[in-house]
Amino acid sequence: MDKLSKRQAEFIKNHRRHHYLVSFFRFMAFFSFLLLWEVSANLHWIDAFIFSSPSRILETMIYMAKDYSIFRHTGITLYETLLSFFLVILVSFLTATILWFSGTISEILEPWLVILNSLPKSALAPLLIVWLGANTRTIIVAGMSVAVFGSIISMYTAFRETDEEKIKLIHTLGGNQLQVLFHVVIPSSLPSIISILKVNIGLCLVGVIIGEFLAAREGLGYLIIYASQIFKLNYLITALIILCIIAFLLYQIIQNIEHHIRKNRNL
Amino acid sequence: MTPLLEVSHVTYSYHTLSGETTALSDITFSVDEGEFLVIVGPSGCGKSTLLSLLSGLIPTEQGSIRLSHTPFIKHQTDIGYMLQKDHLFEWRTVYKNVILGLEIQKKETPENLAHVEQMLKDYGLISFKNARPSELSGGMRQRAALIRTLALDPSLLLLDEPFSALDYQTRLNVCDDVYSIIKKERKTAILVTHDLSEAISMADRILILSKRPACIRQILSVHFSDPKMPPMQRRQAPEFKHYFNEIWKELNTNG
Ligand SMILES: Nc1ncnc2c1ncn2[C@@H]1O[C@H](COP(=O)(O)OP(=O)(O)OP(=O)(O)O)[C@@H](O)[C@H]1O
Ligand SMILES: [Mg+2]
Repeated sequence: MDKLSKRQAEFIKNHRRHHYLVSFFRFMAFFSFLLLWEVSANLHWIDAFIFSSPSRILETMIYMAKDYSIFRHTGITLYETLLSFFLVILVSFLTATILWFSGTISEILEPWLVILNSLPKSALAPLLIVWLGANTRTIIVAGMSVAVFGSIISMYTAFRETDEEKIKLIHTLGGNQLQVLFHVVIPSSLPSIISILKVNIGLCLVGVIIGEFLAAREGLGYLIIYASQIFKLNYLITALIILCIIAFLLYQIIQNIEHHIRKNRNL
Repeated sequence: MTPLLEVSHVTYSYHTLSGETTALSDITFSVDEGEFLVIVGPSGCGKSTLLSLLSGLIPTEQGSIRLSHTPFIKHQTDIGYMLQKDHLFEWRTVYKNVILGLEIQKKETPENLAHVEQMLKDYGLISFKNARPSELSGGMRQRAALIRTLALDPSLLLLDEPFSALDYQTRLNVCDDVYSIIKKERKTAILVTHDLSEAISMADRILILSKRPACIRQILSVHFSDPKMPPMQRRQAPEFKHYFNEIWKELNTNG
């Protein structure tokens, strides 16, 4: 390897130092917040019954871990979220492909998609319960309903923005529409598809929690509603924190996939 | 000898709600095997439309196009079309790009792949076989695009302003390269350009089109003292200026 010039070395050193500084203060901010919370609860500056405290949350977590209920609730929410996410991707990919193939169908459906997409989806959940019953299926459909219309629209838009000249190239090489789809349209929409994934994983989680509020006996959404009804706020805040962690991890997984794809495909 | 391509009385109009645009009117010409025909004409006159018709990308409305006596050019394995930009896909390696046509037509036979391999060797791209297109220079990209077209072994090659995206210096070199490749592979070619010097330096014949709706103003045969002279040398030859003036006059007189 070449030896770095002095200025370059200095630049890298400064960059690292800045990076450490940011990480350090991030954690400091977090710990100070926890400390302040704990202290104010113990000194009765705030009512620990309503606001809970880090030690009480930890206690709750340990307690719930012992009877495995924490894993059950988390697992169920995670399962429902992932399943509705995959279904959203599948449905929107297939629908976007159909719309892309047929200009007429897309012209007919476009206004309806826009209307469905602008509907506040949480309003659909009670209807879904009546139609489908209070079960897991309803929750998965509720999760999908939040994301699917927007996802179809964005994916179709991405497909349509494909460079006409690149499409023409495939035709000059004797390719048909299906080959245009696989050789040009999908590869060049990949960056948009990834950002659609990123948005949708969060939306599916929102939809699943809404579904669980109304129709579940298990899952973090159920835990939140149940805890609020019997005023066990330790449970409620614990559930919220787990939700935060889930949302962060899911996003991180997709970001890793994105990184991987970008490196492989040189985008 | 019968010509490879015969175009007779081709007329074409685009239809939009705002009206009808006649792009080509009564175009008749033919191209012999091994010939290099260059088409020049004012911008927007219908040159790209003519190539699209020849390649079968858009169907003919009036008139007929015959390629070695088959009346309809169904699409078109016998015609290679090189677009203005190279459109190499960044998500494929150079090699995967040049065999794209073979892949699409499911013709990845050992002979065809060997031909591609040979062309990559001959035209200086073999060491970039597994590179990404972004690692190639402008000239190399254009050569890769040409190899992609030639991989399907078309008997007629259509080139629509293939050098216009390049800077001037690269352009002169690539023009030489592409010309020698086409000659070496013994292809018949039709090239569209705005650049009169480019036209004279490559053509056996030059077809001059009028403003839209394009009709043929003149078909000019180009002869240099040495018929094998490469484009760069033609530019310095004494005949060059004479042809330049003739075409310039033709394009700038009305009626
Ligand atoms: N799809 C289309 N619909 C309607 N009109 C079109 C279409 N494509 C081209 N035209 C019109 O037909 C005419 C000829 O277009 P064409 O692209 O063949 O010209 P050209 O000679 O290749 O132009 P340039 O020198 O700019 O490349 C132009 O006036 C253009 O506006
Ligand atoms: Mg053009």
